[in-house]
Amino acid sequence: MAESTSAIFKRSLLSENPVLRQVLGICSALAVTNLLTNTLFMCAGVLFTTAMSNLVLSLMRNVIPQRIRMITQVAVISTFVMVVDVVIKALSPDVHRFIGPYVGLIITNCIIMGRAEAFAASNSPWPSFLDGVASGLGYSLVLIVIALVREPLGFGTILGIALPLKEHWWHQWTIMVMPTSAFFALALLTWVTKNLLGGTK
Amino acid sequence: MTAFFLIFISAAITDNMLLSRFLGMCSCIGLSKKSDTALGLGTAVVFVTSITAALNFLVYNYVLIPSGLEYLTFITFIIVIAATVQFIEMVIERVSPSLYGTLGIFLPLITVNCAILGISLFMLNKPYGFIEAFVFGFGGGVGWMVAIMLISAIRERINEQAVPRGLEGPGITLIIIGIMALAFVGFSGMIR
Repeated sequence: MAESTSAIFKRSLLSENPVLRQVLGICSALAVTNLLTNTLFMCAGVLFTTAMSNLVLSLMRNVIPQRIRMITQVAVISTFVMVVDVVIKALSPDVHRFIGPYVGLIITNCIIMGRAEAFAASNSPWPSFLDGVASGLGYSLVLIVIALVREPLGFGTILGIALPLKEHWWHQWTIMVMPTSAFFALALLTWVTKNLLGGTK
Repeated sequence: MTAFFLIFISAAITDNMLLSRFLGMCSCIGLSKKSDTALGLGTAVVFVTSITAALNFLVYNYVLIPSGLEYLTFITFIIVIAATVQFIEMVIERVSPSLYGTLGIFLPLITVNCAILGISLFMLNKPYGFIEAFVFGFGGGVGWMVAIMLISAIRERINEQAVPRGLEGPGITLIIIGIMALAFVGFSGMIR
């Protein structure tokens, strides 16, 4: 099963996008998307974790006994999540205060477990690493789109920088700051992509 | 007593894990098609959250903090959760095979349910004692169960309706949850 690099990326970004098509990992997709800065930190964390844990688990795939596979995967994943947590805390304590608990929840992000189980468990290290990067990018793509809708409408800023002539046209749309809007944004996004890409699952 | 009641209500309703913290979404969307399944999964979650919140409280305060190992929190918590789930599974299998028949298939799923780990992590941000931590875990679990049962009841109805093609399945479920979350916003501010 030698999948070419471009095929892996195309599959993970579009046709099997983890968030939109497989509805995985949306807990954090909803919670951190009200500010683009938080989203970017979160995406970097997820990207790093999927890529590295896929790589490591693929290297270990022949030595992990079948019965304790689950707990081994969780242990490897949480090791990388701890690294991410410490790094975010060092880089930006403000962001960490807000997304802190959600960083811990990367461990139970279904995308990572899912890729480890579905891909890294049966493929060699390099494709697994690429698959991890691609899935992480697929996740990031969706989160960034949602954040780009929510932050300008909710706060009138992008990356904390005020939009031009904000006072003339912008009126705070409170619901965009609230968690609820993420559900609607994500639902509409699924709708649009499903229609664009066509086909049912 | 009132204090415990307040913790329970705030964990179950105003800070509902599913509707205002977004935890346990994956399993909620995947398993809310039928209300029987939702009830089974919900019960299993209540069991596990109550026990793991209390255990993780003990581990964090009496093992990790005294030995200065707070940075190992994530990995310790997830291992405690995985071990508890395994243990509960064995106990239920011995004690009550009929209960095992209902809950058995849901238990392994729970290890990767973010609501469980989430409750333990949010608990750290609050100044709780042991019993409060247990009540918080219990309340969080009950809130999650109530939410998933409401959602599954609505989904059973929706299945018979015509929905725009692109929105079928996850799309419409997200919208339902969104509307429910809006309703739950009404509860915020009820408890300070």
